[in-house]
Amino acid sequence: MHSNKHFKGLVAAMFVVALAAVGGAPAAKAAEQLKIGFVYVSPVGDAGWTFQHDISRKDLEKALGAKVKTSFVESVPEGADAERVIREFAASGHKLVFTTSFGYMNPTIKVAKRFPGVTFEHATGYKHAKNVGTYLARFYEGRYLTGIVAGKMTKSNKIGYVAAFPIPEVVRGINAFTMGLRSVNPKAQVNVVWVSSWYDPGKEREAAETLIAQGADVVTQHTDSTAPVQAAEDKGVYAIGYHSDMSKYGKKAHLTAATHYWGGHYIAAAKAVMAGTWKSQGIWGGIKEGMIKLAPYGPAVPADVRALADAKGKEIASGKLHPFQGPVKDQSGKVRIPAGQTMSDKDMLGFKWYVEGVIGELPK
Amino acid sequence: MQLRLEPRAMPSKWLRYSSPLIALALTLVFGVILFSALGQNPAVALYTFFIRPIGTLYGLSELCIKAAPLLLCAVGLAIGFRGNVWNIGAEGQLTMGAICGGGLALAFYGDEGPWLLPLMIVGGGLGGMAWGAIPAFLKTRFNANEILTSLMLTYVAIQVLGYLVHGPWRDPEGFNFPETRLFGEDALLPVLIEGTRFHFGVVLAVLAAMIGWVFVTRTFAGFQIKVVGQAMAAANYAGYSGNRVVWTGFLIGGGLAGLAGLGEVAGPMGQLNPTISPGYGFAAIIVAFLGRLHPAGVLLASLLMALMYLGGESLQMNLNLPLAITGVFQGTLLFFVLASDVFIRFRVKLVHNVPRTAP
Repeated sequence: MHSNKHFKGLVAAMFVVALAAVGGAPAAKAAEQLKIGFVYVSPVGDAGWTFQHDISRKDLEKALGAKVKTSFVESVPEGADAERVIREFAASGHKLVFTTSFGYMNPTIKVAKRFPGVTFEHATGYKHAKNVGTYLARFYEGRYLTGIVAGKMTKSNKIGYVAAFPIPEVVRGINAFTMGLRSVNPKAQVNVVWVSSWYDPGKEREAAETLIAQGADVVTQHTDSTAPVQAAEDKGVYAIGYHSDMSKYGKKAHLTAATHYWGGHYIAAAKAVMAGTWKSQGIWGGIKEGMIKLAPYGPAVPADVRALADAKGKEIASGKLHPFQGPVKDQSGKVRIPAGQTMSDKDMLGFKWYVEGVIGELPK
Repeated sequence: MQLRLEPRAMPSKWLRYSSPLIALALTLVFGVILFSALGQNPAVALYTFFIRPIGTLYGLSELCIKAAPLLLCAVGLAIGFRGNVWNIGAEGQLTMGAICGGGLALAFYGDEGPWLLPLMIVGGGLGGMAWGAIPAFLKTRFNANEILTSLMLTYVAIQVLGYLVHGPWRDPEGFNFPETRLFGEDALLPVLIEGTRFHFGVVLAVLAAMIGWVFVTRTFAGFQIKVVGQAMAAANYAGYSGNRVVWTGFLIGGGLAGLAGLGEVAGPMGQLNPTISPGYGFAAIIVAFLGRLHPAGVLLASLLMALMYLGGESLQMNLNLPLAITGVFQGTLLFFVLASDVFIRFRVKLVHNVPRTAP
């Protein structure tokens, strides 16, 4: 094939473009400005996991102004590509890089070894290094509160839960929701449908419709799309969103949502890096730290329910209440956490069983 | 009145070979318009897309790493497509290769030696071949449409992978997160350039393209595939077996896709997780046609495709352009490349009031 000759021509053409570009490149910014990179696992969109990271990134820019410059790459697959993107951030002068999905853990650690002068923060992982810290939110605190709202609003006492994968994070959320639910309504039960995907609007919607057909009158989710909320709106039942305020997608159905917010942490981490005081740690923040919030209540939620959920939220923040406060029973009725004790962080991080009130078997 | 595409009797040779350049020129013009409309300096944007990602040795090595799985899959697919064997399931064959090769790394974890990597390479290739053999068998035995069966088997393979990494193959020290442990040193493809991720799998991919070239141009089996693909009646007359071409297409395609999967898990990833391939098996279909089903063309096409991924990241990272814009730009480039190909081989003809003849 003769294309080789033309390939050379192609390279030459590109080179001309390159020369033109060098002349027009913007002058370098002031040296003190901290460049911060964000690696996102999905498109920013207008609701969901990555959306929350992106509003937090924007708040970071707003709070620190010209002292920082942020950039991000969306939809970075959790395979071989992640390392390249993370490394490219580090190599192009970004001194702080946030990698916002679990699958970036090993690539982050690998890149961090080569770039000891760059600080990395990995969301939801468990591996640390001198220049790699982790951060995670106590999503289960928000789940517990939404469980209370669901328990007060359900008539059929059947709650539908659309879930992604049976990892401890998701199981912990289901259990916390059920604890909150049954703290106000001991007859209510939770039915879980696994969709084996973090983001699949089609499957999520089908799962929600199945649950509604089985009698659920409140649907909640541990997935990324707004499809379950929309399904609930269409079928005339209630929904509780996750990640973001999803009220736009269910004006009548949306009761509230367990949302997370990283802005406070991002601002603190950026300030620490600039001041030279940053240290590697595993941060696990909740309502108290402002990482977990409930979305504004929908019109269907009466004042007494709002007041109750708000009060319980304050109790959790102050440490008076813990979602897994004994006695906590498993599905067989066996007491796993005796009265007077609360579950340790370590046990919560490895959740492998359902609490009483969840129907069905946990997939192994 | 209607428009009709008519094949040109004698496509200009000069145009045929310069069509990629015409396409590139059109894309650059479009890029200038697009980026100007977005308020960007078009020269900077084009530089950021095409040159910046490969401006360093590391960048070039990343280009090769990204192109390698595309090249492996696309060479295999191109050989099949030449014989009208429509293997759409390279993604599944890739996944199965990764499972089989990676499974060996896990099985011999802690008790490995220099023999492990060759074993994994063979295992990866055989895994992909076995997965490709299923649609081949269904096609030759039951005449089941291979487009459907190979595509559906992709989803089966991905579910099998999901089951393994969420279940029995989970890292025992991994807090139940869905990924396997990191492979041992002997289970990793050696890195050939210090300081980069340029691994031995890239060499395998280039070798595959070279062998593929010899196969399609210099061997009798390659000739048979071409005849079956272009003129089934002639093939039958010559006594060439269509079934044999189906088997050849699927075994080569599956085997090379399996190698691509092995190259990912034993190369830059070093473990199995639920998302081994961001769609290489599907993108390879585009690459195969972009390379006009010729292994040398496929080599160039896979580099171009890889550059589009890298350029997209670079635009996001350096100019804060959203992913959707980079997607538009990438799509336009492909559109112009394929469109100029069409117009070089066909001419558009206006047909006036075609008299309808009774059937």
